[in-house]
Amino acid sequence: MRGALLVARRELSAYLRSLLGYIVAAGALLIEGIYFQAYGLGSGPKLSAEVLLRFLDGTCVVTMVAALILSMRLLAGEREHGTLVLLRTAPIRDGEIIAGKFLAAFTLIVLMTATTVYMPLLIFVNGKVSVGHILTGYAGVLLAGGAALAIGIFASTLASNQVVAVISGAALIVTMALLFWVARVTEPPVNDFLFALNLYPQRQRPFLNGVLRLENVLYYVAVAYFFLLAATHTLRARRWR
Amino acid sequence: MIEIRDLYKYYGDRRAVGPLSFTIEAGEIVGLLGLNGAGKTTTLRILACDLLPSSGTVLVDGLDVVDNPHEVRSRIGYLPDRPPLYDEMTPRDFLAFAAKLRGMDGSTAEKRVPEVLEMTELGGVADDAISSLSHGFKQRVGIAQAIVHKPRLLVLDEPISGLDPVQIVEMRRLLRNLKGELTILLSSHILSEISETSDRILVIRDGTIGAQGTPEELSTKLLEGVRFEITVVGGSVAVGSAAEVLRSVEGVLAVEPTSSTEPGEARAFRVEASRDVRAALVSTLVARGLGVVDLRRSERELETVFLRLSAGTGRAGAEEGALPPTPPSGGATPQRKKEKREASEAETTKAETRRAKSEAEAKKTEAEAKKAKDEEDEGEST
Repeated sequence: MRGALLVARRELSAYLRSLLGYIVAAGALLIEGIYFQAYGLGSGPKLSAEVLLRFLDGTCVVTMVAALILSMRLLAGEREHGTLVLLRTAPIRDGEIIAGKFLAAFTLIVLMTATTVYMPLLIFVNGKVSVGHILTGYAGVLLAGGAALAIGIFASTLASNQVVAVISGAALIVTMALLFWVARVTEPPVNDFLFALNLYPQRQRPFLNGVLRLENVLYYVAVAYFFLLAATHTLRARRWR
Repeated sequence: MIEIRDLYKYYGDRRAVGPLSFTIEAGEIVGLLGLNGAGKTTTLRILACDLLPSSGTVLVDGLDVVDNPHEVRSRIGYLPDRPPLYDEMTPRDFLAFAAKLRGMDGSTAEKRVPEVLEMTELGGVADDAISSLSHGFKQRVGIAQAIVHKPRLLVLDEPISGLDPVQIVEMRRLLRNLKGELTILLSSHILSEISETSDRILVIRDGTIGAQGTPEELSTKLLEGVRFEITVVGGSVAVGSAAEVLRSVEGVLAVEPTSSTEPGEARAFRVEASRDVRAALVSTLVARGLGVVDLRRSERELETVFLRLSAGTGRAGAEEGALPPTPPSGGATPQRKKEKREASEAETTKAETRRAKSEAEAKKTEAEAKKAKDEEDEGEST
């Protein structure tokens, strides 16, 4: 665990010292702000809960994209710059390397998401929503962001460069999201299975509506765990090559 | 400190290393010499626990690199051919991170970093971004990160590669200063580079040890003698007889005049001998009233030794069990014996013929090295 914290601290400091972290955060905030103005506050009168739902929906998608971009440099970038060998020849486990990378990027995502809180608070100026709905919605955003980040890290472990990493990660996420469409045109029990695997929007919708279900929380945690485990094993397997 | 037994490493179907066996005692500085693609980097990566062997046993300080990678890693400092540096960090922060990463606690690391900065003469740039440093300084930061946690074994992959002459001298001084504290294994494809710093050289060819010994032992075994360049001064008559005087020294096989860079009536000669006769040469010349202003081993000799060992045309290992299990093709052996007889007659024209052959060998070996490098690159990319 000590190794993971060391890696996380260095990685977070690298994000804050480089342009990438700031560009991703600024870009995400800008898009979320525009989306909130155009589809939340604008486009006719709506119930406060619907305004919040639209905000959370847009924020969830933007956060997943930001997580993917942040993940691309974590392993593929290190491999490109020849620095991965420093971690691989240090007395820390492969799992600690992956966990440290995940922790750093997830911390940045949490900080980035926290700066959007003024938008749901604006709803209180002319309307009323429950704080529980806001918190549940943010929990869904962070869980989806964490799952996307884990998928991105797995792709980054596989890829030899950052461009391939981001494309592979995006392909995986889109595939898991498109399962929703495939599920619509298939018969039971296959469609039930595909619905259950759907990363977005099927699993996210309850969070957007302010409903916290344990099964959905477990789903996102399981997705993140599965891909982080796969990334760890991929990193280990590379020692044979 | 290091014991490797029957090590093999395959990339797919291609054998990169093996069969490879050697041992290194604690406190030694050993050079791993070979052409690009010979298997040096793969061997060092296995020792550093960055790569797993296909088969065989690799022990560091009695610990197996496969069974105890954590313990081995904490005992090793590793510098790959490209220093693993985070450009946005300063050397001070980076070394503190590297020390903690390898198990040092915070306060010990904080005390250790200034020591290492001083040892590697990085104090002046300790708080500059690594991205702003020159190649030489980056290489020093690379060495510093490898020794910051006080390892027992230092593994350096081509540490002198890409450095300018001043930086090379500084790097050699740094390595010599580390001698005694650490066991050092460094690789290079240039014999003269590692012969300066190494106690012993292991020549690796096609993933196996082709020969081993000190540079002197290697050249003596391979060339069946040693070569020196000597510049003699004195009166014109005396200097004229210098060649005869040199030939009269016991052990001298051939003497041939070469061009001298010294002013006046100085004469330069290339002397081929069956053993190291430098002391006898000087005392004999001085006894005959001649002075010696320069005496050195022939630079061409080291190149020739390396080219022959690397190309597998030499016979260094044919003696004293230094040969690999499957000896290299010895097609050149009768020819070399003949050349030696001719050399003893000190005929300049024949010496030039040998040099021409050596150059032809060098060209052939370079082409083979390029091919081997291409194959290794291809193997690693797959």
